Amino acid sequence: MSSLNAQNPTLRRRRAAEARFRRYGAAALALTSLFLAFLIIDIVGKGWPAFVEHRVELPVTLDSRKLAEKNYDGLIKDAIFARFPEAQSRGQRKAVLALFSHSAEQALAAQLAEAPAAAGQTVKAEVLLSDTADLHLKGLSHLADPAAIDALTARLPVTAHFSWRFFSHGDSREAEEAGIRGALIGSLLTVAVALGLGLIFGVAAAIYLEEFAPKNRLTDIIEVNINNLAAVPSIIFGLLGLAVFLNAFGLPRSSPLVGGLVLSLLVLPTIIIAARAALKAVPPSIKEAALGVGASEHQAVFHHVLPLALPGILTGAILGMARAFGETAPLLMIGMVAFIADVPGSISDAATVLPVQIYLWSDLPELAFRSKTAAAIMVLIAVLFAANALAIYLRNRFERRW
Amino acid sequence: MNDASPPLMKPPLPRILADRPEKMAARGVNIHYGDKHAIKDLSITIPDRAVSAFIGPSGCGKSTFLRALNRMNDTIPSCRMTGAITLDGRNINDPDVDPVQLRSHVGMVFQKPNPFPKSIFENVAYGPRIHGLCASKAELEQRVEESLKKAGLFGEVKDRLHQPGTGLSGGQQQRLCIARAIAVNPEVILMDEPCSALDPIATARIEELIDELRQNFCIVIVTHSMQQAARVSQLTAFFHLGTLVEFGDTDKIFTAPTDQRTQDYITGRYG
Amino acid sequence: MVLLVCSAVAVATTLGILASVLFESFVFFREVPLLSFLFGTQWAPTGSPAAFGILPLLAGTILITVIALITATPLGLFSAIYLSEYATPTLRKSLKPVLELLAGIPTVVLGFFAALTVAPFIRQVGTGLGLDVASESALAAGLVMGMMIVPLISSLSDDIINAVPQSLRDGSLAMGATPSETVKRVVLPAALPGIASAIMLAISRAIGETMIVVMAAGLAANLSFNPLAAVSTITVQIATLLVGDQEFDSDKTLSAFALGLVLFFFTLALNIAALRLVRKYRQHYE
Ligand SMILES: Nc1ncnc2c1ncn2[C@@H]1O[C@H](COP(=O)(O)OP(=O)(O)OP(=O)(O)O)[C@@H](O)[C@H]1O
Ligand SMILES: [Mg+2]
Repeated sequence: MSSLNAQNPTLRRRRAAEARFRRYGAAALALTSLFLAFLIIDIVGKGWPAFVEHRVELPVTLDSRKLAEKNYDGLIKDAIFARFPEAQSRGQRKAVLALFSHSAEQALAAQLAEAPAAAGQTVKAEVLLSDTADLHLKGLSHLADPAAIDALTARLPVTAHFSWRFFSHGDSREAEEAGIRGALIGSLLTVAVALGLGLIFGVAAAIYLEEFAPKNRLTDIIEVNINNLAAVPSIIFGLLGLAVFLNAFGLPRSSPLVGGLVLSLLVLPTIIIAARAALKAVPPSIKEAALGVGASEHQAVFHHVLPLALPGILTGAILGMARAFGETAPLLMIGMVAFIADVPGSISDAATVLPVQIYLWSDLPELAFRSKTAAAIMVLIAVLFAANALAIYLRNRFERRW
Repeated sequence: MNDASPPLMKPPLPRILADRPEKMAARGVNIHYGDKHAIKDLSITIPDRAVSAFIGPSGCGKSTFLRALNRMNDTIPSCRMTGAITLDGRNINDPDVDPVQLRSHVGMVFQKPNPFPKSIFENVAYGPRIHGLCASKAELEQRVEESLKKAGLFGEVKDRLHQPGTGLSGGQQQRLCIARAIAVNPEVILMDEPCSALDPIATARIEELIDELRQNFCIVIVTHSMQQAARVSQLTAFFHLGTLVEFGDTDKIFTAPTDQRTQDYITGRYG
Repeated sequence: MVLLVCSAVAVATTLGILASVLFESFVFFREVPLLSFLFGTQWAPTGSPAAFGILPLLAGTILITVIALITATPLGLFSAIYLSEYATPTLRKSLKPVLELLAGIPTVVLGFFAALTVAPFIRQVGTGLGLDVASESALAAGLVMGMMIVPLISSLSDDIINAVPQSLRDGSLAMGATPSETVKRVVLPAALPGIASAIMLAISRAIGETMIVVMAAGLAANLSFNPLAAVSTITVQIATLLVGDQEFDSDKTLSAFALGLVLFFFTLALNIAALRLVRKYRQHYE
């Protein structure tokens, strides 16, 4: 007689072990997801204040002498002190001036250049607050003199705005003025060079290996080589760039050209592997059909197989681009790590890239730079996210089942 | 209203069931894979200590029903079953029946030999170990040896018990799988086309083995070979499009089937 | 022909790496004896006199890699097991992108998180427990690096576990094994070579990772295996020695290339071994 009863102690123990094992699996996934969620929440929590800036509308009376001398600094200071008559000692004056950004004088100069005003007139200048005052108003730090802040908010209309400045300005020593424009353009140029070269060489190599290569020792070596190259640490590529591109070829340091060259080598294996997979997915019958109607081997591949593999290759290219866009370490080695306030105009100008900008800012002591760093990370991740979404879309849109 | 309902025509019970107790039974079983209705209102009684063969054209649901007998269908998410299947009168789908325990009573041998990538010894010791059936190492060794002997494999492998089971020939591997299944002392052994991947000599060995095993076990075998069904089984069930068309004593099914479809199938008219 | 030349770019890259690293290392080893490099217990490239003993860096690299693996192996492996053996298709479909997203986070971001969030947290907890925790502890860098590696281990293991034939699982389940017994006694032993190679690739990733350690592990090359102390790694030193202006004749600069040589050698060896292992494994189940 069989005993199909569940009340057996061994079985109960085994069932408990089963439940425990299953829980471990769920816990591992939960922990990993939680880490990601926490990372993102932490970054967003730190970064959002950088997208807001505080400004005041400061009435500036244009003193004729100072206007003639183009002493905009003096004009601004006079206007400020006019509002804070009680600040007489050096210390008090310093505390008041510390509330305003140094960019005010340039802003005034630009404003007057656009809409000239006569001496004696009073114009309204939009003056950015300094990082300490800004953080104080956001409740994030108390480095500014609270009495001065109270006086400021009582006497001048302080308004909060979305910080377009963050996207339209290059790097700056002053936290409130620093933006990511330079780094973004630098990234764009660098990735363009990397992707251009990576695609040309990568796709050519993939076509050769997949369609034409004879099976011999040489192609075997190339193949093993590509697989191993994919796992070489990125920092080693930086050493290569330093020794070969900078030292031996004498290409310009810190330039997107060299950065792009290095990154193109870095993403080459990714692109080759993706492109080969895309070519392999095109059924041989297509090539055979083309050959059958009299096309040459080259025509068959370039006119018939390649177009069909294009979406797959494109997906690989986007993923390679995402990899290049987020890469930091090798670029440190070729000098893209200097402080560069100017926005680069060409691929041979000194430039930095977004990840390196993040690295640089993360090292700075000012609290305001910490939120700028997190904000730059948000931009970086947003771009990568968009790229990946595009790749997934392309893959789904063009995925074909033969 | 005394409208006489037609007399319930019960098919005559197979002779074999008269002299052997019932081991497993199915009553009104329906099995669906998602929308696909794979088994339709099937009822059958399977006798103990005898070989029952399931035959029928491909895709008619033999494997599906066989897998229902030890609840292997539970591992397929889309698979749903209704109706009752009993083992010694106990419904195997009762909430308090654990499939893990059921499967130690109802073992299974697959179409393709699937020894674990472990030594021959470890393959056979697998079941006793997980079910905690042996208290000592000596007892375990004894049980492994016994099982291998019952499966008729011991003589061939006794010198290489600790070499990988995957290194055996196909027929030996299948007997190893049978030894593995009987090592936990099951009451029923289900075999899904156990010889279809084997050559005729290995097949003959397994058929012999099945004939010996029937002294101690209830055996259900799915086969595509009518000769095999005729050789090894005492009871044959013919499946067609998810229904059980006919079942009865093997000699009767093969000599005087009552259903036209059975007749057509065994004479090779289709399938 | 043009195509062949393009394919050769990959080979040329490897040769270029090898040539540049070897050449500068060669110059370096004319100044600094190889033995004192390999067995020196002091790393102070800017000190006077400068010391170029790699052991403290090796210790730091190993320490952080071990912490990362202790974090990542169970998480990655259990994630893969859960996804392939337990998760419903819908759950699988929604959890895989989470892992892919984590894999796509640039390491500079993880470094920022390690340095500004995890390290202070660990320090706070440690101080609360009366422990002496460095502000740039190996633990913080190792933990975050571990999380970086989780997707690598889980996706490789997932592939490998899925390559184990279903017939083996069925065989085990039909014997009355529970799913976890099936995983532990049949699936994992069968997948072991593949999982070993996944872990080797993960080690290679951890050794070569730069940004997380640059930002969170620090520069002090202490010869220590204390996870709460600050340690330095090979990659940190390469990065910091070469940031800024380099003169190619100083030992300081050249030593970075010697470190690069060591790094290249280790990661390449691990990689080749891992690929061999996985190829053998695949042949076994083809
Ligand atoms: N996992 C599954 N999911 C969906 N449908 C299935 C599944 N397994 C089997 N089926 C369907 O159920 C029906 C019965 O299949 P089953 O495997 O039981 O047939 P069979 O009689 O064993 O055939 P064969 O002799 O070829 O082994 C078939 O139509 C099959 O397509
Ligand atoms: Mg079948």
